[in-house]
Amino acid sequence: MAVAVNVSHLKVAARGEGGMPIPIIRDVSFSIKKGEVLALIGESGSGKSTIALSLMGYTRPGLEVVGGRIQVGDQDVLALKSDELRALRGKTVAYVAQSAAASFNPVVRIMDQVIETAVTTQMCTRAVAEAKAIGLFKSLALPNPETLGQRYPHEVSGGQLQRLMAAMALMADPALVIFDEPTTALDVTTQIEVLRAFKAAVKERGVTAVYVSHDLAVVAQIADQIVVLQHGEVREAGQRDQILHEPDADYTQSLMQAAQPEKRVRPSPAKALGTMAPILQIKGMKAGYGKARDGSLQKTVLDNIDLTIEPGRALGIIGESGSGKSTLARVIAGMLPPAAGQVCFYGEVLPPSLRARSRDQLRRIQIVFQNADTAINPAQTVGEVLARPLQFYYGLKGQALTKRVNELLDLIRMPSSSADRLCRKMSGGQKQRVNLARALAAKPDLILCDEVTSALDSVVAAAILDLMAELRHELNLTYVFISHDISAVRAVCDDIMVLYAGTQVEAGQSQAFKSAPYHPYTDLLISSVPQLRRGWLEEARPGSSGAQAQPEDGLCRFLPRCSLKIPGLCDTMPAPRHALTDGRNILCHLDEPSLRAAQLETV
Amino acid sequence: MRKSYSLDAEALPQDGLAVAERAWKSLSISGRVGLVLVIFWLFIAVFGAFLSPYSPSAFVADDVFLPMSAAHWLGSDYLGRDTLSRVLSGTRYTVGLAFFGALLASATGTFLALYAAVSQGVLDEVISRLMDTLISIPSKIFALVLVAVFGASLPLLLLTAAIIYLPGSYRIARALAVNLNSMDYVEVARVRGERKLYIVFHEILPNMLNPMMADFGLRFVFVVLLLSGMSFLGLGVQPPAADLGSLVRENMSGLQDIAPAILAPAIAIATLTIGVNLLIDALPQSGNGKGGH
Amino acid sequence: MRVGLLILKRLGAALLTLWLVSLLVFILSSMLPGDAASEMLGQSATPEAVAALRLKLGLDQPLYVRYFQWLFGLMSGHPGQSMISGLPVAEIIGTRLPKSLFLAGLTALVSVPVALTIGIVSAIYRNSFIDRALNVMTLSMVAVPEFLVATLSVLVFAVSLRWLPALTIIPDVADPASIARAYALPVMTLCFVVVAQMARMTRAAVADQLDQPYVEMAVLKGLTKPRVILRHVLPNATGPIVNAVALSLSYLLGGVVIVETVFNYPGVASLIVDAVTSRDMPLLLACTMVFCTAYMVLVLIADVAAILANPRLARS
Repeated sequence: MAVAVNVSHLKVAARGEGGMPIPIIRDVSFSIKKGEVLALIGESGSGKSTIALSLMGYTRPGLEVVGGRIQVGDQDVLALKSDELRALRGKTVAYVAQSAAASFNPVVRIMDQVIETAVTTQMCTRAVAEAKAIGLFKSLALPNPETLGQRYPHEVSGGQLQRLMAAMALMADPALVIFDEPTTALDVTTQIEVLRAFKAAVKERGVTAVYVSHDLAVVAQIADQIVVLQHGEVREAGQRDQILHEPDADYTQSLMQAAQPEKRVRPSPAKALGTMAPILQIKGMKAGYGKARDGSLQKTVLDNIDLTIEPGRALGIIGESGSGKSTLARVIAGMLPPAAGQVCFYGEVLPPSLRARSRDQLRRIQIVFQNADTAINPAQTVGEVLARPLQFYYGLKGQALTKRVNELLDLIRMPSSSADRLCRKMSGGQKQRVNLARALAAKPDLILCDEVTSALDSVVAAAILDLMAELRHELNLTYVFISHDISAVRAVCDDIMVLYAGTQVEAGQSQAFKSAPYHPYTDLLISSVPQLRRGWLEEARPGSSGAQAQPEDGLCRFLPRCSLKIPGLCDTMPAPRHALTDGRNILCHLDEPSLRAAQLETV
Repeated sequence: MRKSYSLDAEALPQDGLAVAERAWKSLSISGRVGLVLVIFWLFIAVFGAFLSPYSPSAFVADDVFLPMSAAHWLGSDYLGRDTLSRVLSGTRYTVGLAFFGALLASATGTFLALYAAVSQGVLDEVISRLMDTLISIPSKIFALVLVAVFGASLPLLLLTAAIIYLPGSYRIARALAVNLNSMDYVEVARVRGERKLYIVFHEILPNMLNPMMADFGLRFVFVVLLLSGMSFLGLGVQPPAADLGSLVRENMSGLQDIAPAILAPAIAIATLTIGVNLLIDALPQSGNGKGGH
Repeated sequence: MRVGLLILKRLGAALLTLWLVSLLVFILSSMLPGDAASEMLGQSATPEAVAALRLKLGLDQPLYVRYFQWLFGLMSGHPGQSMISGLPVAEIIGTRLPKSLFLAGLTALVSVPVALTIGIVSAIYRNSFIDRALNVMTLSMVAVPEFLVATLSVLVFAVSLRWLPALTIIPDVADPASIARAYALPVMTLCFVVVAQMARMTRAAVADQLDQPYVEMAVLKGLTKPRVILRHVLPNATGPIVNAVALSLSYLLGGVVIVETVFNYPGVASLIVDAVTSRDMPLLLACTMVFCTAYMVLVLIADVAAILANPRLARS
């Protein structure tokens, strides 16, 4: 097959202070054959997007190409003049951006944007272009392809916009399409549909493409070749199966490990202490925002939540964005008083609001927030951050304080010299460790972890998860671990609770979540998580991110998206909560045999 | 309490010079020009009186509107007084009033804003509404009304400037404080059980200081512009005291001769305000730092 | 629908603010030592005469009664009589206001196109030499007080070059050449600060849009630079630009005070200076309300522009 793209010895630099160039891409080479998909994979700062954009002869402000050669077809991209570059972009090389929502002009109708390049360069008439666009909408499985183009970007969902952007890229039958992290901003259940549409369109048209991603499992589905990047250098490059099955570079291996948290060995959880009261117990809790006159909530975020945690165990709470999982943490911590139900701590009812709780009650439950950048005061040093809870709860000072701070730094595997460093000058992973250590400083019984790894790169996140597992063992902690990532939760937690739109659709021991039957939503969530093996995308059950409209109160919330719903039952009667044989309970009309039958048949 | 961990402060003296050098190097050319001008005028404002060759109110020249000469570097004014001495003393009035007026506005604005943002509720509503009302009166008009009612003594001018620029400071400080108050680290402090006072002084205020310093600089320029304008109208600083605006006003009759008596105070005001503006513009703005890619 | 409601809300807030302003300035004016009666009759007046005049002017009434009398007078177009000339305030302002509006309108007419050009050009060529040069220029221009600009422009154009008159005498015949000659200096002075302010805010508004990912996308679609700017950037920047223009024009309100005084121009602003000097409170209060209303109108326009600029609000 002919070589479509050839990049040799590409070097890109940033203009630093005083005009000194800082290398961003150091000597990267690869080539793509016609009709192949090449994946550029790496973590943030690896330079993958910079390389992808340079294929269009484009660098972001502050960057410039300082060496190398880029050949697309028979064109030497880096030698093109500005009007030749313009002719290249959008026609020979097309681009699909990460955030379609921001990359569409908000005040121009979608159709006008999709056909803009074709029409303004007189490639074809408007009518022909529109007909072609509608054809592309159809092949990307977009709903209402005939009328979708008449809408404005904000009237269309994120997953659809991402596909519309692919349609825009494919309009001119380009020789090369660049997908720049096109599914990163989407929920997993949406991601699977978008990926499917992309893959079908790429295969159908024999498109040559560069697919930029940080997610090996996504890349495994779509790429023929993989280039692994780190700090602007190629760590490893090769055919997909070779990279996935026999990775050479250490870095690739660590990426692979991070992508499969379940496979790593973790210390077993501390033994439950037998007859003690559960550390945390919640019954029939309801919470939300905005109190109406009659005392009801204007926006109910959580409804009818029951949970129990035994000391020393870890409970994982999973859900998509908007499921209410963070609100649950806020209620437990006392930041949001519940509208109904109580939080019991070691059998004792906790006051609903922060102000009413005693200092000791506050000390025993600590919360760790998702984003360490905002969770730690940037004006303080690490030592100040860690010292404050020690002074506040234990009145430590002088030598004792310094000693305890050093102990904490030791716990999070950081040298004691880092106490004097300013928090804003540390890396994301280090900040998250400090964030965790601040909670540990209080010597709490229970730590609420709210998406503590979702802002981090996978290798760093895996290290944090390992650290948390070790600390739990060492310090006999109890965790509530909130995440949208079911594989991380399954790896860390003993018990799992699945939230959907504020209702608890399934709960039980982590072990039991290894196989069907599941609640239909859990099933969708689990089957949507990309797996490293090839062929997963084809085998996984079709997703169903359908209507967003919520059913009437009391009915199953998942109803509009459920593929197993029983007409006449699910849409008239509230779903009952019933137990499965392995101890889990689910909120569903379907019984165990029919769920199992439906969920095992396709896998 | 904090001291036990602020080793940075102890490390400061020895490399204070290095820090200054790095700061200088990080400034753009226009920023350096601004810094030099600001330092120059601050120096004149503080030490000008000691450098003054004559008493600013003494009639020392042979004639009015004399040109520049060795005896009178900047010539003489409309009454035959030494222009240089009058500019030196006028700078002190202009800079002094503006400095303390802006300081009063910024400090009061910051503290009201902190109080409002943290207490929220009715008090926040009331203060914010009052500030919205004050800010809806164009500054010069407001100054004219205040002067008409209370007169134009120096303390009242200072207070007038502070009242007029307080709402602007308040708005900026409140936006910052509300923003910081919703940060996760403030939330963490609240969940820890910290009191409001601790949160305000340890978690919020330290992160507001940089943008509020820049805002103070802007307010300083505003007050210079306002008060010198009022003096120019004859409604600001009253004789025998004279700020730079008064000097321009009283020497208007020298305009025909293009006398240094009118040019010198004019250039003084312009270089002072332009200098502050250039300096502030060159500072790295943490307030609107949209990092980007 | 939501847009209409939002705009109504803003209008309501503006009216409320204006009412609070009226309350504030009235209370302030009542704090003047000595009252209108003794002020009008002078120091030699007998106490009886002063008392009689007080009764006649209604000054014996409690403050809130006088406030509401004044407020209703203001709203019905009769904000009292000047204490100096004895003429109805409405009549004095009525003859002066059109002149100030003409001056302001002329300034807007000149400043808006100039400022938008500077602002948009420097945003498009961000961080280039021309942008930095324009930045230093506008930054310096906003820092110079109007009276200096006025004084120096008189020095240059009237004293040295002798091109233009130093004082503005409104020509009897309205031919463009004589209007241009008469208004050149005051309009130039007012434009100086307003143009700089407006250009800076416009640049910020356009630069903000240029940072949006959709602009990068438009470039990567191979569109020409004029098309990227005209079709993609400017339609999104219109709201922010109108907002910037309206807010910058409010700087005029301070500028005219100086300019009308320096050029001896018979507008409302020079009236206000006279009212302060002579402590003519009814006149001062009414003029103040005129200025505050003008300011509120500009801020309201700016707010509405910002609301309409949001496509999510404007099209749902």
